Amino acid sequence: MASIVGYGAYVPRYRIKVEEIAKIWGKEAASISSGLYVFEKSVPGMDEDTATISVEAARRAVKSAGIDPKGIEAIYVGSESHPYAVKPTATIVAEAIEATPVLTAADYEFACKAGTAGLQNCIALVNSNMIQYGMAIGTDVSQAAPGDALEYTAAAGGAAFIVGKEGIATINDTVSFTTDTPDFWRREGSPYPGHGGRFTGEPAYFKHITNAAKMLMERCGTKPSDYDYAVFHQPNGKFPSRVAKMLGFEKEQIKDSLLCPWIGNTYSGSSMVGLAAVMDVAQPDQRIIVVSYGSGAGSDAFDITVTDKIEGIQRQGIREMLEDKEYVDYGTYMKLRGEFT
Amino acid sequence: MMGVARFWREIPQRYNLIGTKCSVCGTIYFPPRAICPNCRRKSAGKMEDYKLKGTGTVESFTIIRVPPPEFEGKSPYAIALIKMDEGCHLTGQIVDCNLEDIHIGMKVEACFRRIQEDGKRGAFYYGYKFRKAKE
Ligand SMILES: [Zn+2]
Repeated sequence: MASIVGYGAYVPRYRIKVEEIAKIWGKEAASISSGLYVFEKSVPGMDEDTATISVEAARRAVKSAGIDPKGIEAIYVGSESHPYAVKPTATIVAEAIEATPVLTAADYEFACKAGTAGLQNCIALVNSNMIQYGMAIGTDVSQAAPGDALEYTAAAGGAAFIVGKEGIATINDTVSFTTDTPDFWRREGSPYPGHGGRFTGEPAYFKHITNAAKMLMERCGTKPSDYDYAVFHQPNGKFPSRVAKMLGFEKEQIKDSLLCPWIGNTYSGSSMVGLAAVMDVAQPDQRIIVVSYGSGAGSDAFDITVTDKIEGIQRQGIREMLEDKEYVDYGTYMKLRGEFT
Repeated sequence: MMGVARFWREIPQRYNLIGTKCSVCGTIYFPPRAICPNCRRKSAGKMEDYKLKGTGTVESFTIIRVPPPEFEGKSPYAIALIKMDEGCHLTGQIVDCNLEDIHIGMKVEACFRRIQEDGKRGAFYYGYKFRKAKE
């Protein structure tokens, strides 16, 4: 059965605090922070984009798996901020991890769940014996219009998972819930997204995640208390806690995956970086539920059981990586975003 | 501007630090060489691809405050001469480090970054830069 054989995550080193952004727009930082449960967000360096972050995460995943990268026969990069409109990110990653030329590769796009859509494809290809290993990546360097509510959370980061057989965590099942819901979008050529304001909550995030999670648990014959960890998409720090409560999960189950308050919303990276943080601490026989969410809208849910092999690999130390950070002011943030070039 | 064809030819060295090793005397070269200057004719056909580990030490560095036009808006930044653990030398930018903290003897590791772009409509060129090594 398809299994995670390696994982890696990368989040840029720069951070900007909610206070620093709020100060510029004359807003009250404390109420924004407590409303969103976000304190700071990651900011990519001037020379970082979805390709470079994906490569960093992919290289870490190959190292943790300890496999010959030539065995990776499929690479999917999910993002809503691919550097090119036409020219795949996946080929850059494939070359940078020396998996070329005998593999299939493609970029995926489905707002924040494009990475988990790639993960489902890798699972299917492995389970059908079409490939030995597949790599799914979710990365974004999301931007928000200056002054927009999303500016406090739009962040950068990514994670890569290698799927094969008999790895560190067996993927027991996956199911998706998908509808046409215009809660968030970005038109071709437009630098910043548009969104439906309050419409992004109930009919979008909560409806899709709860439906996908319930369907998965019904298929697996499980209930919330059967899981040691729950990982939900994190557009802010509040939504994952609320959806956990709605589904009957305890705070304790989401605490290891909840990174948004300190790195912001990494969009396609969000649930996958959360899962990577869980892989850092998971023990054999523990069970994990992961539910992503992508606007537009859909959720992919996964039921995962950690195996004994987890003890034989070098953990990534994602929380330690996040500790090594540097704060920037709003002017530097604008410079890093390339507003002056 | 570097041109798409030249960049494409250099992808193995730019992305993965693939140099060459002379299998006669064992010297490692980066960028790759077809002939070893020590062994001359004896090394013909005996140069093998060799992947550098990516770790090295800063031997010298300079802070660029007045950049060439294609790097305008990105200064100040540091360019360093790095002695790689394999013995060869590379020049590269140091990133994710306060400029005041960069010093001779600092251990660095290669990372993957955007190096340049051909204007707003052209291609992006990726490759190695260096950051402070994790102890
Ligand atoms: Zn020689």
